[in-house]
Formats: sequence, structure tokens, C-alpha cells
Amino acid sequence: MDSVNSVEQAVADAHRREWAYVLAATVRVTRDLDSAEEAVQDAYVKALTTWTRDGVPERPGAWLTTVARRNALNMTRRDRTLHAKLPLLVQPDDTEPSEAFEPSGPSGRDTIPDDRLRLIFTCCHPALAEEARVALTLRLVCGVATEDIARAFLVGESAMAARLTRAKKKIAVARIPYAVPAPGELPRRLDSVLTVVHLLYATGHTAYSGERLVRDELTGRALDLARMLRLLLPGERETAGLLALLLAQHARRATRTDAYGTLLRLEEQDRSAWDHELIAEADRLVVAALTAGPPGRFTLQAAIAALHAQAPTYAETDWPQILTLYGELLRIWPSPVVALNRAVALAMVDGPSAALAQVEALEAEGRLAGYRYLPATKADLLHRLGRDTEAVRAYREALALSDNAAEQEFLTGRIRSAGPGARSKPG
Amino acid sequence: MPQYAVLIFERETPGGVADLPPEIMEAHDRLPDRIAEQGGRIIAGLALEPSATATAIRGDLITDGPFIETKEALAGVFVIEASDLDHALALARLTPIVSGGVEVRPLIGFETPAGD
Repeated sequence: MDSVNSVEQAVADAHRREWAYVLAATVRVTRDLDSAEEAVQDAYVKALTTWTRDGVPERPGAWLTTVARRNALNMTRRDRTLHAKLPLLVQPDDTEPSEAFEPSGPSGRDTIPDDRLRLIFTCCHPALAEEARVALTLRLVCGVATEDIARAFLVGESAMAARLTRAKKKIAVARIPYAVPAPGELPRRLDSVLTVVHLLYATGHTAYSGERLVRDELTGRALDLARMLRLLLPGERETAGLLALLLAQHARRATRTDAYGTLLRLEEQDRSAWDHELIAEADRLVVAALTAGPPGRFTLQAAIAALHAQAPTYAETDWPQILTLYGELLRIWPSPVVALNRAVALAMVDGPSAALAQVEALEAEGRLAGYRYLPATKADLLHRLGRDTEAVRAYREALALSDNAAEQEFLTGRIRSAGPGARSKPG
Repeated sequence: MPQYAVLIFERETPGGVADLPPEIMEAHDRLPDRIAEQGGRIIAGLALEPSATATAIRGDLITDGPFIETKEALAGVFVIEASDLDHALALARLTPIVSGGVEVRPLIGFETPAGD
């Protein structure tokens, strides 16, 4: 008999590693997400007592899948009449569940198809609002409790529960298919999935506010998802690009702030504290993705992040190469945020006044109104040009737009260091 | 098969349907066949006169014009059969549009509960 602690640990591990697989396999039986969720939840509850009594099974995922599918089968039988009236996610001719399904048999994982891709493509369907995709992915693919998702996104638990319910109802009523998209649709649909995972990571990485622990949970989940996608879609190079991008960012996580939580700029960070194993892994993925054909936007962003991560110092970064990569990125993904980042690289190659002209053009365009990195970048460039009065004005503009304590501290420091300008024009 | 309404929203022109370019009219004529080629079916179609001809009723109040004023006005509706939302979206994409777009809405059917 295992000790209670080690069983709890085993259940927690299985929750983290196997949830998506177990749920995805159970949807095949229930053909709707809500009852599958319930059946899987029950299986995990049962695991705690059964594993304490009988020991942790050799293959926890297979055990959980078997139990969850048996739960689901019982529920389906019980609710047959009700069930017949519900729109079904999986078409009846699509797959089992066969009555011959043997719940206690030794089969499990080897005979049950891996449906995790279907699950994630359903959760990230473009017919759902982006915030719904993110929440659904956390709840259904990662198994994160609604309460924790609510805390990560700074909304009340009931609001988050309502958001999830609405999304699940749309999936059922509009019949968003529980399927991997056809090859012709795959690149566009995959982009939507990768965007959700990236957004999850970014929310954890540069959260406006919120608890440290919650944010680390989000970045961890995003990395798990990126690895899962890489594994399940090895032929899609953008999955390598996304994983590499997250790894290169994650490698630098310890140095983003100093001991007091103040935000540090790239040039101020202690590069010896970066995680070089992760950087090497990111680099291998980038190289593989780049050599296989024209790169997508995640691969290009990863290539840029990897160049930063590998540079011995800020000044010795391969800025011309980064500028080229940003140019290519802007071509395939014409976003003003990319244009702003390209301007930063341009400043390192052609000097701050060339970059300032581009930033001012972006400002005049107006598409980045309210985006705090625009005035912050402009301020840095003005400061480097010795135009401190204008720099301070731009820093204040950025400060007014930020609601992240670490960032506010950082910008206040910049205003102070813009020196004479700040002193000659108080307030 | 599930049914979906495809609502067509178009920028209105002074001449109404007479202003539609001939290639749009032809594409509308070909639409049922194209949808059938992709495994779907058009069950019904309605083409609306311009919103200037509409009359709205709110309670006792009768007013000239559509119920909701929008830049792109509801110009027509058709009902299609499709296997799921992805199929419905693929079929709805075939709709000829001048300068607007379409909205795809699932219809309440026999197998779908009427809300809860």
C-alpha cells in the first residue's frame, strides 16, 4: 500500500500529464464536453481512493481513461433518452463507443486513439472568442480548475464559469466539429491554436498584475501545451517555432526583474543566469524549423529570441540579422507591434534618429494608441538623442498606460535618470 | 443534417438590387449547384428589398426604416444544410458579396434543445 502522500502526488502528476488524453478519449463516448468533463473528474476522484487501497497502477493514464470511459458509458446509458436529444459532437458513424468495450481489460491507451488534437482544435476554434479559447484550453486541455483560471485572468469565478458555459454551449449548438481540420485548413487553424498557447505564456510571463504563483502555473501549462503540440504535429514547423519561442523566453525568466521586483531591460540582465540548456534546445528547434522551408511567424519570432538569448552582451547581439528577421516577420505578419520592435532593432543598426522617425510614423498612424510600449520606446530613443525633456514627457505617457507595478517602478526610474530634463520641468 | 441560416449583410446602394454587378447575380444563380458540389444543400432563400422600404414596430410605435440601423444592412437570408460548423462556414464562404459579409447561425432543429 502506498502512503497517502505519494498517492496524492501520483494523482496530481496524472492530472497534469494525462488529463487531456483522458478527456479527449472520453468525449468519444459521451460526445459532449460537459458530461465528459464530469466523467473524467469522477475518475480522478476515484483514483485517489482506489490507488490508496490497491497501489498506483503501472499506467495511470490507461487506468484513468478506462474508468472515465466506463463512467461515461454508464452516464450515456442512464441518460439515453435525454442524450438522444442533444447535438452530438462526434458523429455516430465516426467511431465507437462499442458495447464490446471492455472497461477492466488490459487494453487502455494502446487501443484508444489519441484525440488530444481534436480536443485542442475544438477549444481553439476561430468561431469562439479569443478569451473563450484561452479559458476552454486551460479548462479542458489542461484540466485547470475554473477558480484558478478566473484568478489568472483577474475575473470572478462565476464570470469565468459563465464564459466557459457559453463557449461550450456554442460548440454544442453551432456544432463546432470535434475534429482535426482538413489539410487545406490546417495552417490557418493551427495558427489559432498556437496563438492561444502563446497568449497563455505571455499572460503568465508579463502579467499586468497578479500573484507570482498563478503566473508560473500559466507559463508551465503553456510550455506543456507547446511540447504536446510539437509531439502530436511534428510535421508542422510552426509547432517547433512556438516551442522554441517559449523556451528562449523562459530561459531568461529569472533575470527579468531584480531582487526587488524591478523590471530589468535586456541590456541590464545577468546573462550568466540564463538557462543555457533551454536556450540550446530552442536553438536546435529554430535551426530545424528554418532549414525546412519558408518560416512562419512563430519560427521568425523564435529565431529573434534565440539570437538575443545567445548573444554574449546586448551590444554584441547580431542586430543586423535581427533587423532582417523583423523585416521578414513584418512582411508575413504586418502588425504595428512588429513594426515597433523592428524600430528598436533599427536603432541598434542605423542609430536612434532613423528609428525615431519610424516610431513617430507609427504613432501618427494611430493603430497603437494606448499601447504603452510605443511611448516607452519613443522615450528611450529621445533620451539617447539627448532630447530629455521630450523623453520625460513620453515616459510619463507610458507610465500612465501601465498598470503593472514592476513596470511603473521601471518607468519612474527612467524618468529620474532622464536627468536635467526631469529637474528643469517638474511635475 | 443540421441547418444553418446564412444572413447576408451588404452596403446598400441607391438602386438596390439593380446596382448589383452582373457577375454577382450570376454567382447567386450558380450558388445552389456549388453548394451541392460540396455536399451541402440550400433549403430556402430570401432576397430583401432595401432597408429604406422597411417598417419597424416597437410596441405601439410604428417607424420608417429597419429595426436596427447598420452600415451593412440585412439584404438576404438563405438556409443551408451542412454536416457541422466547419462545413457550414465553407459553404457560406461561397456567397457572392459586394462589400459586406455573412453571418452563420445554427437553426433550432428537432435534435437541438430550444435553449436551456
